[in-house]
Amino acid sequence: MADASNPATGTNLGRVLIYAALALTCLYYLLPLYVMVVTSLKSLDEIRTGNLVAPPQNLTFDPWIKAWSSACTGVNCGGMRGYFMNSVMFTIPAVMLSTLIGAANGYVMTMWRSRFSDILFAALMMGCFIPFQVVLLPMARTLGVLGIANSVLGLVFVHTVYGLAFTTLFFRNYYITIPDELVKAAKIDGAGFFLIFRRIILPLSIPIIVVSVIWQFTQVWNDFLFGVVFSSGESQPITVALNNLVNTSTGVKEYNVNMAAAIIAALPTLFVYVVAGKHFVRGLTAGAVKG
Amino acid sequence: MAIKLKTLCAGVMGAVLLGSMAAQAAEVEVLHYWTSGGEAKAAAELKKIVEAKGNTWKDFAVAGGAGENAMTVLKARVVSGNPPTAAQIKGPTIQEWGAEGSLGNLDAVAKANNWDGLLPTVVANVMKYQGHYVAVPVNVHRVNWMWANPEVFKKAGATVPKTWDEFVVAADKIQKAGFIPVAHGGQPWQDFTVFESVVLGVGGHAFYKKALVDLDPASLNSPTMVKSFEMLRTVHKYIDKDSANRDWNLATAMVINGKAAMQFMGDWAKGEFTVAGKKPGKDYICAPAPGTADAFTFNIDSLAVFEPKSADAKKGQDDLAAAVMGVPFQEVFNLNKGSIPARQGMDLSKFDDCAKESAKDFSATAKTGGLVPSIAHGMAVPGATAGAMQDVVTQFFNGNSLTPKQAAEKLAAAAKVK
Amino acid sequence: MVEDALPRLVVAPTFAAALLFIYGYIAWTAVLSFTTSRMLPSYHFGGLIQYANLFDNARWSVALGNLLVFGVGFVVICLVVGLTLAILLDQNIRAEGFIRSVYLYPMALSFIVTGTAWKWLLNPELGFEKVMHDFGFADFSFDWLINPDRAIYCVVIAGVWQSSGFVMALFLAGLRGIDDSIIKAARVDGASLPTIYRRIILPSLWPTFFSCFMILAHIAIKSFDLVMALTGGGPGFASDVPATFMYAFAFTRNQIGMGAASAMMMLMIVVAVIVPFLYSDLRGGRRG
Repeated sequence: MADASNPATGTNLGRVLIYAALALTCLYYLLPLYVMVVTSLKSLDEIRTGNLVAPPQNLTFDPWIKAWSSACTGVNCGGMRGYFMNSVMFTIPAVMLSTLIGAANGYVMTMWRSRFSDILFAALMMGCFIPFQVVLLPMARTLGVLGIANSVLGLVFVHTVYGLAFTTLFFRNYYITIPDELVKAAKIDGAGFFLIFRRIILPLSIPIIVVSVIWQFTQVWNDFLFGVVFSSGESQPITVALNNLVNTSTGVKEYNVNMAAAIIAALPTLFVYVVAGKHFVRGLTAGAVKG
Repeated sequence: MAIKLKTLCAGVMGAVLLGSMAAQAAEVEVLHYWTSGGEAKAAAELKKIVEAKGNTWKDFAVAGGAGENAMTVLKARVVSGNPPTAAQIKGPTIQEWGAEGSLGNLDAVAKANNWDGLLPTVVANVMKYQGHYVAVPVNVHRVNWMWANPEVFKKAGATVPKTWDEFVVAADKIQKAGFIPVAHGGQPWQDFTVFESVVLGVGGHAFYKKALVDLDPASLNSPTMVKSFEMLRTVHKYIDKDSANRDWNLATAMVINGKAAMQFMGDWAKGEFTVAGKKPGKDYICAPAPGTADAFTFNIDSLAVFEPKSADAKKGQDDLAAAVMGVPFQEVFNLNKGSIPARQGMDLSKFDDCAKESAKDFSATAKTGGLVPSIAHGMAVPGATAGAMQDVVTQFFNGNSLTPKQAAEKLAAAAKVK
Repeated sequence: MVEDALPRLVVAPTFAAALLFIYGYIAWTAVLSFTTSRMLPSYHFGGLIQYANLFDNARWSVALGNLLVFGVGFVVICLVVGLTLAILLDQNIRAEGFIRSVYLYPMALSFIVTGTAWKWLLNPELGFEKVMHDFGFADFSFDWLINPDRAIYCVVIAGVWQSSGFVMALFLAGLRGIDDSIIKAARVDGASLPTIYRRIILPSLWPTFFSCFMILAHIAIKSFDLVMALTGGGPGFASDVPATFMYAFAFTRNQIGMGAASAMMMLMIVVAVIVPFLYSDLRGGRRG
């Protein structure tokens, strides 16, 4: 496709216009982040009186220090520091589990396709769309019965269950592009179900695993609703801590600290997107989006 | 099958819990939404007192939208079968939880500490379900305050209004002088807060009680209510056009830096003035909202306790309740929050003038009947009803689709929602 | 025999999970919608009263109308913006990696606070309007956030900001996946660039459209954080959507029965929107 921009058709003026359009849209996308960063580096007085987009006149890093180590998120005033690990604790297992199960599902739905697996796929798609507010109470009951309510295990469980719909969709749509012949030949050679999966399918799956992991990581890390309902006090995820910081109902709002905390909470996902963004697009190119 | 499994699980868990409890002290888990700096400091004080009695404190803070998120979490916790020791619940919601049969009992600790003698009857009634103490009050907020910037009033040549008619005169002058008369945040609960002060001022506390507490249909759909709505629309004229979804503290900031003349907001607004280094009486004035000097709309935060699972848990619960009603906590918490102690007969010398006036009016209005629950802050009627009525008020306030008469009719209809 | 059972065994846990955690819970919600549940779930049969109350509720009709405006606006604009950016970015752009990251990063942020940032930017006295005034454009006016008839469009603006980069990535991937030889052949035949895009490239992006649509529709229908953070449903309840409505009634206002009824209506909307797409996708799959 890169050929489409043959110099013969793209005049210099055209190129300039393209770059101008891209630059303008970049501004639109960067503006909120810019405002957040700039605000986090100003003093409260400057925020109250100054212009939103003006750069800070007296650069201060105090809001960042406060957000990290001394902001109050309840009775504990230890900042966001302690909540970081909490989020890591359930995000990583949930992402790994849902990706693994999604891969197995996708494999069955394409290479061992049956009426049953087709029905399951259609049935799962509903799972992408169920509003999470609906499942809060019945899930609370279920977790209570299972004895894993308000535990890290419970959170992993919930995130895995509701992540499956998407991961299965990703893998199924990716595997459907892998030529049948590969698997057919292996089957004739007498290779079994798991052997084919391990030796043939998994090695081909790196790009889509990247996609699935990025997607799930973002979803689970940023989730607030499940995190707040299904965690207990000291194992609250970072989004809940952030919410407690930002959404205080009465009292002084320290916008600079809020913004710093928000950026801190978003750092892992930002990092993942920026570093793995290239692989993300590559993974998608490799077939994730083909219906 | 599910039920059997559950009983089994509960049994096993109970045994495990009992086993571990015997070894260590009771764990006190409090679901609350005190997360701002001052509140958190006060709550930390509570933690210290409770821990001094040999319990462990398990903090469970969930902020957001005046406790909306906390209520969601609480429901999930109760449904899952492990409610916290206590939760920040207030007003008629305490009765609703009581009706679900989920609440514990604090009668013993109340009796030992003479709560009946320390709490005004109005407050004590809110804390009781069917005559038993199920909750403990933390503070008393006054909602019908007006916060004014005297500098702006002086520049505009206006006087701080004592009635709603005077308000119109003053607001006109202020507007002509180029200031915003009323600082307001256009969020439904803030609209509702202004509305309740207007009704109280226009109709008086007897009318307020009949219409917004007893939900008397004739009062709701009455000429006085129509007049209140008319006044509310007048108030809207004096609000700047950018108020939509503004947080209340930003509106307070407008009064602080002299962009606006006054704000109708509960006494938590005082914290903003204090942080800005302003002194009451000098840099800002706290006065009852126009026409409401003889009334007091109260908003009481409280902790309701849930049915404890063991004797140790019960001890922790009682320790917590006793600590909340204790003098040290009542003082520290309310100094931080801008409210006044729910416990009567305390030394208020550390409090500022606004709080002192609030305390004085609180006792006075308790005798005259002017002490009424705030409907905008969930003290007067159950959540569903208050919500439906708030919808009407905010719809009226934020557009011209309803006439005052239609609004009164719709309000009467909304009051029937249960 | 074993060969046949094993694959089924592998997907069985997912199947069980879907049955219970998706359909079981939906059934439970359906049951609740016919009860008079208030604070906590109860099972007193109430007939269709919750649905009657729901359709009688002015706020619900506002929420439905907003879902339509937001859903259509958000999905269409995201698709157009995403596709346009992808095509532009596919022209051998020098800083592609950087620009792509810029477009993608909003997806990485949670809305609890990006909502706050947008709230400021769109607020007339703090954001764009003030900035333009400060630059000397005194007549510039942008007050959608505080205008009851326009507030929902602000939600669209912020929503597009968050999701269009992801759509761009999907389209970019789709573009890169197109077989070069077809395009070369068309070029040899003398087809112009616009013709190539119209006749060859866009049609072959159809599966990508499908994926994008599914993802965007799911974001639109579930949109909750965004509305809560940006407008709080206001002014008044002018920008309420079904998800915020359901949350408010089920959890804050202690009307679980009505919340369940609204949830059922949401699910029906979901079914009406996705089933036709899903059907065509599965049929398409069978063909291939």
